[in-house]
Amino acid sequence: MAFQEIKLYQTGTFVAGNRLLDPEQRSVQARTGRSNSITSGHRACRGCGEALGARYVLDAAMRATEGKLVAVNSTGCLEVFSTPYPESSWQLPWLHSLFGNGPAVAAGVAAALRAQGREDIRVVGQAGDGGTVDIGFGTLSGLFERNDDVLFVCYDNEGYMNTGVQRSGATPPAATTANTKALGDHPGNVFGQGKSVPLIAMAHEIPYVATATVAELRDLEYKVEKAMTFRGARYLHVFVPCPLGWGADSADTVRLARLAKETGLFPVFEAEGGTLTEVSRIRTQVPVEDYLRPQRRYAHLFGDHPRPDIVARLQAKADRNIVRFGLLPEGDE
Amino acid sequence: MLRQLEGSQAVARAVTLCRPQVIAAYPISPQTHIVESLSDRVRTGELEACEYMMVESEFGAMSACIGASGAGVRTYTATSSQGLLFMAEALFNASGLGLPIVMTVANRAIGAPINIWNDHSDAMSMRDSGWIQLYADSNQSAVDLHVQAYRLAESLSVPVMVCMDGFILTHAFEEVDLPEQEQVDAFLPRFRPQQALDPDDPLTIGAMVGPEAFAEVKYLMHVKQMAALDEIPMIADDFREAFGRASGGLLQPYRVEGAETVVVALGSVLGTIEDVVDTMRDEGVAVGVLGITCFRPWPVDEVREALRGAQRVVVVEKAFAVGAGGIVGQNVRDAVRGSPVQVYDVVAGLGGRPITRASLRGLLDDVLADRVDPGRLYFLDLDHELVQRELERARHGERPGPHAENMLRALGTVASGAYE
Repeated sequence: MAFQEIKLYQTGTFVAGNRLLDPEQRSVQARTGRSNSITSGHRACRGCGEALGARYVLDAAMRATEGKLVAVNSTGCLEVFSTPYPESSWQLPWLHSLFGNGPAVAAGVAAALRAQGREDIRVVGQAGDGGTVDIGFGTLSGLFERNDDVLFVCYDNEGYMNTGVQRSGATPPAATTANTKALGDHPGNVFGQGKSVPLIAMAHEIPYVATATVAELRDLEYKVEKAMTFRGARYLHVFVPCPLGWGADSADTVRLARLAKETGLFPVFEAEGGTLTEVSRIRTQVPVEDYLRPQRRYAHLFGDHPRPDIVARLQAKADRNIVRFGLLPEGDE
Repeated sequence: MLRQLEGSQAVARAVTLCRPQVIAAYPISPQTHIVESLSDRVRTGELEACEYMMVESEFGAMSACIGASGAGVRTYTATSSQGLLFMAEALFNASGLGLPIVMTVANRAIGAPINIWNDHSDAMSMRDSGWIQLYADSNQSAVDLHVQAYRLAESLSVPVMVCMDGFILTHAFEEVDLPEQEQVDAFLPRFRPQQALDPDDPLTIGAMVGPEAFAEVKYLMHVKQMAALDEIPMIADDFREAFGRASGGLLQPYRVEGAETVVVALGSVLGTIEDVVDTMRDEGVAVGVLGITCFRPWPVDEVREALRGAQRVVVVEKAFAVGAGGIVGQNVRDAVRGSPVQVYDVVAGLGGRPITRASLRGLLDDVLADRVDPGRLYFLDLDHELVQRELERARHGERPGPHAENMLRALGTVASGAYE
């Protein structure tokens, strides 16, 4: 097997450097024969978490299916930055239809393959959080309920970034967006009850549900490969920071993704048939403030008129996740 | 073989004979009997190698058809009314992508007020969606048009909707000559998709197109529809040869030779109009009727030719453009532009109101006696008194309430089902 040296190790974490692993355990990205499903030259912003996530997801899925893969994409950043024709970045069969119908289109592709006896070809559906948790939610629930043989991947950057950074059903409380500015008494986005599509997917009792971040890319690849061992509806929710939408440094994408997990704000777990099977525990717990401060969307919480009360509410949200999912390291509970 | 069948059953059998490989459907009256029957046929194995998807909405149904057609298989769905509107975004997408999906539209009114009965507001609202629209005037025609629709759709890679009047056709038992499987197999070649999602030949389908090519892509859609104007009569000729009966085509003229007055209409009302024409012809009145089988693309030259020699054209249609006028009428005016013919826009049969021979006869008598103003939209059998009463009522009081409910109340027991 041919390998090339790439830097995957991340300073300051416990993530094993790729070069330290056995060849078999190394990232798909280390192999010269990787599929480059979304190849270079696309127009994503510098530091785009979604482009990074999609690259790892698709190359891992391509490896798992030995190249027999079809991708369906909902409208959104990923679709736009990858296909200003004739500059398509896609090196696998790829279909984009609409914003709200990615799951139904993917289900249709899977049905057509089944009807042709080509179940060796697998289907991945992809959308941002808007296309998944909001406008595409009905078709996604239908996909889950019918248990169609599709892996649906949500790249969650917590807002409508493609349309100019507006709030979505996945935008966290207190975050400012183009339509949840910190004006008057309003501290950015509302404190709602949240909308966890991974938990909603689990309620459908589909074969496999997982969450992941672009900070732990081997974990992401592992979950994609594991998802491809199941038949039926599978859901993968990937946390992908957006430098533009969050007002963060392009170099901080991976750091923010890691902090989202290490604060407890974004629980990383796996579930099978509706039951939680694994959680990725926090290695070094950090206060939410460490995660919030580098992001301009939370700047109103720390400026001349700081809002420690709101930061405390966000900390409480993280603490609730920690208890709910058992995220603390073993022995710390 | 001749059979006495419900229209929906006949269509389900015709679709089965076309061997679709993915059917995605969501229930809505009056289309449901068609897809229920297809579900049975997939379950019993009569329709082989076919996946029947029970989707969560009509938007999901059309989207699943987009995916399946994109993956290279023959697809089918059926809907009506609100369902067609819920599909709207996906309809434009399917045509823009050039996917040869075939769909039955069991024509039904659009709410509010909610109404399950027949008119053409649903299909007419989607007339500019890039889908070819064929209208059946009988269940035999519905059966034949489905077989022809697949051939047409796949030859041009354009989606086709076959429109048939809800209840009037879908739920009517009529004698239908169903083709044999071998005949359909010979007439309808194996589907060879123009584009397909294939790992061995990876294509990007649905890319973003900017101002540099968008107009050209859209123009190509228009070119294909114009090509359908040549293709449809050829397919109808082949059909006649293969099945031994005339069916399909662009137009369906009836006794238009020498007709001074020609009625233009679509769908099942044509039979009633033909009866009225026969009676009037017997009386020596020079009337005829021009049935429109293909409304999109609009056969402008053929309509102009068919109406040459007419002095009056009475367009009877089951839909209208609110605030503007007739929809088919507008297209007919375009076809006869420059000729001295007088075009009358008549709206009839909305929300299931029967279009009777007596009403049509009265209309034509009024037209011939110049009692109808061709400059104004004419509503056949409209209860003007009911409208005036409600308008009067609405002028008084601070919150006069909803019109529909007020008018039902004013009608009393008639509104509860005893419609005469």
